[in-house]
Amino acid sequence: MFASQSSFVMYDEEFKRINVAIEKLLRESNAKVIFLVDKNGQLISAVGETEHLDTTSLASLTAGNIAATGGLAKLIGEKEFSILFHEGEKDNLHISIVAGRVILVVIFDQRSSLGLVRLRVKKASDELGQIFKDLADKAESAEKGGGTQSPFAEITDDDIDNLFS
Amino acid sequence: MSFINYASREINCKIVYYGPGLCGKTTNLQFVYQKTAPDAKGKMISLATETERTLFFDFLPLALGEIRGFKTRFHLYTVPGQVFYDASRKLILKGVDGVVFVADSQDERLDANIESMENLKVNLEEQGYDLEKIPFVIQYNKRDLPNVTSLEELRELLNPNNVPEYEACAMTGEGVFETLKAVAKLILVDLKKGGA
Repeated sequence: MFASQSSFVMYDEEFKRINVAIEKLLRESNAKVIFLVDKNGQLISAVGETEHLDTTSLASLTAGNIAATGGLAKLIGEKEFSILFHEGEKDNLHISIVAGRVILVVIFDQRSSLGLVRLRVKKASDELGQIFKDLADKAESAEKGGGTQSPFAEITDDDIDNLFS
Repeated sequence: MSFINYASREINCKIVYYGPGLCGKTTNLQFVYQKTAPDAKGKMISLATETERTLFFDFLPLALGEIRGFKTRFHLYTVPGQVFYDASRKLILKGVDGVVFVADSQDERLDANIESMENLKVNLEEQGYDLEKIPFVIQYNKRDLPNVTSLEELRELLNPNNVPEYEACAMTGEGVFETLKAVAKLILVDLKKGGA
């Protein structure tokens, strides 16, 4: 189907597993904040010191950054650059692509180091990759079986109109 | 591609404003930003040059309210309109759920509109989308200016498939919300049809 390239669906179970995985990464890498973003810029989850952080904007800009870097990679004949690192005066950003479709962002300061973050991210990426694979399998089998109904299958025109009233 | 999160009971959709340079895409977003209640919007981000031309994109997250217990959020993006930013435009169209084409009604921009519409079709096809099948609305902007092309002519050249169309003046906000509502509605109807 051309029209709606089927949605990206997140279920409770996988969401919890993801959060367990990135919270572990947060502890083990001594990071400040970790978030996961879909390549289209949708925030999937964020853990750590997120109170003063505009995570929605961060998600959108990260995806833009990955998209632009991906464009650069293709121009020079690379598939993608799977790791980006931005060094600041206090805080640093480590951005990597997990399972080909999700972006993992680690914000860390002098309490950690690039080496430690890289090491732990590598380990966590395998685990996250497995969760996203499970998620994709689940979505696929749901689609095949036609079992899980979209929460939007039953909405009425009135429901939609009410949003704009 | 919408993102349905059962864990946080949220649904996120992406709307892209497309059109030739200086047609008013950013102005559309700015007006929406100004007129939206603070709790319903996030920060607006503009990646622009020093002369306020869009360099990469503008971004505005909006929360519309709940449908059946799901928070609906729309992420509004604009593309850079200038011809030579084509590589960037392609990137921004990734994962789009609905498109608004903002046409510049001024006579001298007619060719630029047509070129941009063609460019939209080509770039969507590259991503595997068909403009005739995705939620799509057209806005004829700058209707308040003196040297505008007639609606009939714009319609004939830009809207052969009769998608919803709106006259607008983005500077004063006329037609801006009508356009946004129309595309949002089409997206939700599409979700309803397509299922998850």
